[in-house]
Amino acid sequence: MTTDTNESGGTATVADTDFARDSLQAHSLGEAFQAYLNKLRGGDMGSLPAILGLIVLAIIFGLASDTFTTKLNIANLITQAGPICVLALALVPVLLLGEIDLSAGVAGSTGAMTAGLMIVDHGQSWPVAFLGAVVVGAVIGVVIGLLVSRLGIPSFVVTLAFFLGLQGVMLKFIGQGGSVRFDNEFLRGLAIKNVDPTVGWIGAIVIVVVFAGLSLRTYRTQVSQKLQHPPMSVVVLRIAALAVILLGVVWFLNQNRSRNPNFPIEGIPRMLIVVAVLLIVWMFILNRTRYGRYLYAVGGNAEAARRAGINVARIRTSAFVACSMMAAVSGILLAANTGKISPGSGGGNVLLYAVGAAVIGGVSLFGGRGRATDAIIGGLVIATINNGLLLLNNASWINSVVTGGVLLLAASVDAISRRRRSAAGV
Amino acid sequence: MSEPLLELRGVNKSFGVVHVLHDIDFAVYPGQVTALVGDNGAGKSTLVKIIAGIYGRDTGDYLFEGKPVEVHGPRDVAALGVEVVYQDLALCDNLDITQNMFLGREQTKGGTLDEPAMEARARETLASLSVRTVKSVRQTVASLSGGQRQTVAIAKAVLWNSKIVLLDEPTAALGVAQTRQVLDLVRRLADRGLGVVLISHNMGDVFEVADRITALYLGRVAADVPTKDVNHSQVVELITAGRSGNLGISENPATASV
Repeated sequence: MTTDTNESGGTATVADTDFARDSLQAHSLGEAFQAYLNKLRGGDMGSLPAILGLIVLAIIFGLASDTFTTKLNIANLITQAGPICVLALALVPVLLLGEIDLSAGVAGSTGAMTAGLMIVDHGQSWPVAFLGAVVVGAVIGVVIGLLVSRLGIPSFVVTLAFFLGLQGVMLKFIGQGGSVRFDNEFLRGLAIKNVDPTVGWIGAIVIVVVFAGLSLRTYRTQVSQKLQHPPMSVVVLRIAALAVILLGVVWFLNQNRSRNPNFPIEGIPRMLIVVAVLLIVWMFILNRTRYGRYLYAVGGNAEAARRAGINVARIRTSAFVACSMMAAVSGILLAANTGKISPGSGGGNVLLYAVGAAVIGGVSLFGGRGRATDAIIGGLVIATINNGLLLLNNASWINSVVTGGVLLLAASVDAISRRRRSAAGV
Repeated sequence: MSEPLLELRGVNKSFGVVHVLHDIDFAVYPGQVTALVGDNGAGKSTLVKIIAGIYGRDTGDYLFEGKPVEVHGPRDVAALGVEVVYQDLALCDNLDITQNMFLGREQTKGGTLDEPAMEARARETLASLSVRTVKSVRQTVASLSGGQRQTVAIAKAVLWNSKIVLLDEPTAALGVAQTRQVLDLVRRLADRGLGVVLISHNMGDVFEVADRITALYLGRVAADVPTKDVNHSQVVELITAGRSGNLGISENPATASV
């Protein structure tokens, strides 16, 4: 950091040219890599620990169990991960504000129950039922949001109350020991059906082409306006990495994974499409819109946001609304997975797994930090632990212990990197 | 002397029975740094908050560019082109310099954030203030030093073509070199024709950059003098006793009706 003590007003023209080049900018692949290493050292780990963890888990389970790496199991794992990933994604806006929503799991299942009852008891079509579920989520979110932002009750307490209360509501509507069938062809199909292989290929190629086009356009604008930009090689590398991963997944899932040769099972699970669409929507909201920017700002420094003219209370309320609405979608996916909704759906570990997923992925519990992709990666880690340990035929107590341990590890990484960041920031 | 950009005339302010400001006359001139000095409790913060529109006035006029204006809140004042840089800076650590400078006033194109335009304008503004200690406008504020943060906060105020910038103790928490940077920046703001109000306890800073000094003593203006007409010890006397030689309040304020 240079501090020039002899600077005077007369050197303005020199300073102009001085500032015109960003000394932080990487000009080559090597420099970009070095800059990334520096970022890691400074405590900005992002989702790297989660990705490494995912790889380690996959290797361990792959070696320990001969069924883990089968195509059928991987496809199953993706379907199981769906509801967790979506719920983790739902929590991102709330966690970004440094708040928590303990009721999201139960709120989601309350929404799913509404949809189930509308279909079974009232013969509604699935779009109406789906809308009903989302509206129920939104109403719950509005109430929580207003209690937190206007009355100033800590979100922990408000959402804990909803966690308990909504379980009672579900028990009332479903009845002790009962359950609501969830067998609408389309909604249930989200969990048990696959996309036609050709459609999968087309979708993946479209995503890669659009991403490449947008990346190159951004790069060209940055270069032409002399803005800070990564070297071309990094841009190309990013596009290539996305193409390899996406096309690889499609190729893998498009193969027949059925044990019975008469009934081929092939194509991407529909669950994956739902998750991918929601991920893209949230990436767009968080990175490209004012609303997303305000979520980060309020989470980073609410007072600064208020002075900048941002309506902090409204942002806070809206985050809980978004969370509960997304939770309703997650609740429907969960119900589609199990085929029914019981009074205990969404209770127990569901929410804690989702919070764990978001934190493991790199969303900070302290607010202001985290991306949409972090939640998805964290969700995959949690689902992998569940799936792998089940295959090893271990008692469920090990499952809980391991998941708890991983969460603790992730929270420690979060706390340590936060300390490193503040140390590096001085 | 040119017409003042902003002028307060005969401003009084009470909080309940406590009469905080007595008949304050205060003026900010374009291209000049006006230092507002006074001991703790002299009414500096109250005066700044009245200028910023956070507090209303009991009596007195608020004139902007010679015309009386009605201000009913911080938004009205910001609309006039008056920006206040508070001591605690109000920056978001997790956002980068560009994002902080545009916070709450983001530029959009087709509904999405127009990052290239904002980055270019942030850089332009920093360059026009001859800021060269910041490595990149895409650095997060968390990685900046105290002086750099102050610079970003001031640049944020300048970005919106403001006419007056009020700086509340900008060098209070800074080291020697960083104080140097900020004072240079304050001088450059005035050289660009802005009216600058510098609130400071540090006489060294005041004598270095200020063109005028307004000293407050127990809620009254003890003196409003060009810096070149007074010396260090006179200002200290004005701050601590309200008068110095033939300058200052003539009556003894301790016995004056409060």
